[in-house]
Amino acid sequence: MAEKLLEIKDLHAGVEDKEILKGLNLSVNKGEVHVILGPNGSGKSTLMNIIMGHPKYQITSGTMEFEGEDMSGLKTFERARKGLFLSFQTPEEIPGITVENMIRTAKQTITGDKVKLVPFRKELKAQMQELKMKPEYAQRYMNVGFSGGEKKRNEILQLLMLQPKLALLDETDSGLDVDAVQIVSEGVAKFHNADNSCLIITHNTRILEKLKVDKVHVLMNGQIVEEGGAELIEDINSRGFTHILDAQNEAK
Amino acid sequence: MTEKKKTYIEDIERTLYDIKDEDRSVYKAHSGLTEDVVRDISTRKHEPQWMLDFRLKSLEVYNSLELPTWGPSLEELHMDDIVTYVQPDAKMTGSWEEVPEDIKDTFDRLGIPEAEKTSLGGVGAQYDSEVVYHSIQEDMVKQGVIYTDMETAVREHEEIVKEYFMTLVPPKDHKFAALHGAVWSGGSFVYVPAGVHVEMPLQSYFRLNAAGAGQFEHTLIIVEPGASLHFIEGCSAPKHNVTNLHAGCVELFVKDGARLRYSTIENWSRNMMNLNTKRALVEKDGIIEWVSGSFGSHISCLYPCSVLHGENARCEFTGVTFASKGQNLDTGASVIHAAPHTSANINTRTISKAGGMATYRSAVKVTKNAPFAKCSVNCESLMLDNLSRSDTLPVMDIEGDEADIGHEAKIGRISDEAIFYLTSRGIDEEEARAMIVRGFVEPIAKELPLEYALEMNNLVNIELEGTIG
Repeated sequence: MAEKLLEIKDLHAGVEDKEILKGLNLSVNKGEVHVILGPNGSGKSTLMNIIMGHPKYQITSGTMEFEGEDMSGLKTFERARKGLFLSFQTPEEIPGITVENMIRTAKQTITGDKVKLVPFRKELKAQMQELKMKPEYAQRYMNVGFSGGEKKRNEILQLLMLQPKLALLDETDSGLDVDAVQIVSEGVAKFHNADNSCLIITHNTRILEKLKVDKVHVLMNGQIVEEGGAELIEDINSRGFTHILDAQNEAK
Repeated sequence: MTEKKKTYIEDIERTLYDIKDEDRSVYKAHSGLTEDVVRDISTRKHEPQWMLDFRLKSLEVYNSLELPTWGPSLEELHMDDIVTYVQPDAKMTGSWEEVPEDIKDTFDRLGIPEAEKTSLGGVGAQYDSEVVYHSIQEDMVKQGVIYTDMETAVREHEEIVKEYFMTLVPPKDHKFAALHGAVWSGGSFVYVPAGVHVEMPLQSYFRLNAAGAGQFEHTLIIVEPGASLHFIEGCSAPKHNVTNLHAGCVELFVKDGARLRYSTIENWSRNMMNLNTKRALVEKDGIIEWVSGSFGSHISCLYPCSVLHGENARCEFTGVTFASKGQNLDTGASVIHAAPHTSANINTRTISKAGGMATYRSAVKVTKNAPFAKCSVNCESLMLDNLSRSDTLPVMDIEGDEADIGHEAKIGRISDEAIFYLTSRGIDEEEARAMIVRGFVEPIAKELPLEYALEMNNLVNIELEGTIG
């Protein structure tokens, strides 16, 4: 029996008076790769932010569990320490904090152990090489002056260095050229194994080429309206989202 | 979501600086400023006639000038209540052992002799109005380097002092320069002969212990052609409930091809009016580097000025200002391009919190004689809460041809998205805020002398401790 990692039930949430998620259900098992598809404005990024505990959003009802534990009282940093990771659609620029310092500090707080500099540097250098990042980027300030592609690679670098249990990837492939998508996709594939899971938002199937997708969810108007296997991706790609909405309306 | 409770620490930990010693000065001038007070100071210092004349003339100028009408209000300053001269119960000495116990303890607490042992080429320590300790490494003396207190310099190097003293900051410049000319006391004199490189920094430390007193130290540094020097200055005072005044004056002469780095960390108590005047005259191919940290005082007006007088003269200015509750810190820099191909780089960070007010003020002037001048200004401000204020007031006056002038100003707060980003990596909110603030001042912190960089880091940590998200 597969082990449940993330379980969301009848989640209603939003910002101020505006409800964005309207009774969302989602369940991810350990070792699985899930993809969320949906038109712009359907609430995909909001979902990612809410799973990560962004203080801007309020949950009005429903439950969210990680490894069987209720997450509602947990702050963002506590969720990260339990094994959640969000790769941002637009990663923040943080002047004065180097990539190396940032990742090392994060690793220390997550593992609760001192991270020795020499082996850490060695590992960081190797991972950067895989992602085709120039080694001097370790000493650059977080995302400051990085191109769009470099920022995304920096997100995947953190993913590989921090080894979370659940990776939330919010359009990690958007705005990237073909080569960069390839690199990012290889990075994600390298990260994934039987002990961790990925929840991926994407408009681009190329990032999925190196991964075995277990489940696809279609998010529209704050709800999961359809679920299926990898074949659903092809279907949406060729026919778009409207036919799903039409089918929904007919069913009602 | 539950409402977040926040607790703020409004002030930095100042226990170390706030320990007051018993005031057992041997002599204090009457408060207020009269000709008798000025004559008395001069007599006690056994000065030559020209210096007494200079003081009296400055007094005249002082009485004829009005208070400046721009900048922070100075109405809390009552000159009649300020004691202009306080002589500690100690003679100037070159031996640390001979410094009286309580004064020694104060400087020990501040880590001054420790620093001398490890990383400095010379140290001066001023307590109230007089320098109590001065030392310099033997090999520098052999190379002709002079590092001593100003009183000794007036007596032993009279010709040099007479040639330079208050020529760069003349008493008629402004009311507090005139005041300084009349009652100056203490400070450091440094002379570096042509071609001599002083490898280890020299450091002067100023401590104002007596309540209601003024400190008017004069720093005069001459770096001859091709020579180089790093000079560090630190200032502090314990908190009294009466206003103290600091109106020091710094004059730096950087000759052809010489290089001077002048670092200051000012951590005055929160009742101090810090009205300091600093100026550098830089000749052909010379370089002045200012590193300036302003953390303390109630009100500060501080705009170190670089006069780029010779072709290719250069100025690098790096400054950080941290204003908390009850503080109005008006800081910045000024540059006068007076020769062709002169260049200046001004880089500052200001932080305000708990209702503090931090203003960046600068003036860049390019004269007709300075074609191809290059000046780049980058000032950034960070406000840590909604009570605090920040302002940027740059003035540019460009007359020279082909000038290349750039100005970049940013005022902002810690963004919620940046906090979210860091916390999503497992870093708690408190540490995330501290990291952002440290990151903000990082380009400046790395320019500070090591022990001050650590001190600034501590300030930032203590400032943010207890900001429970």
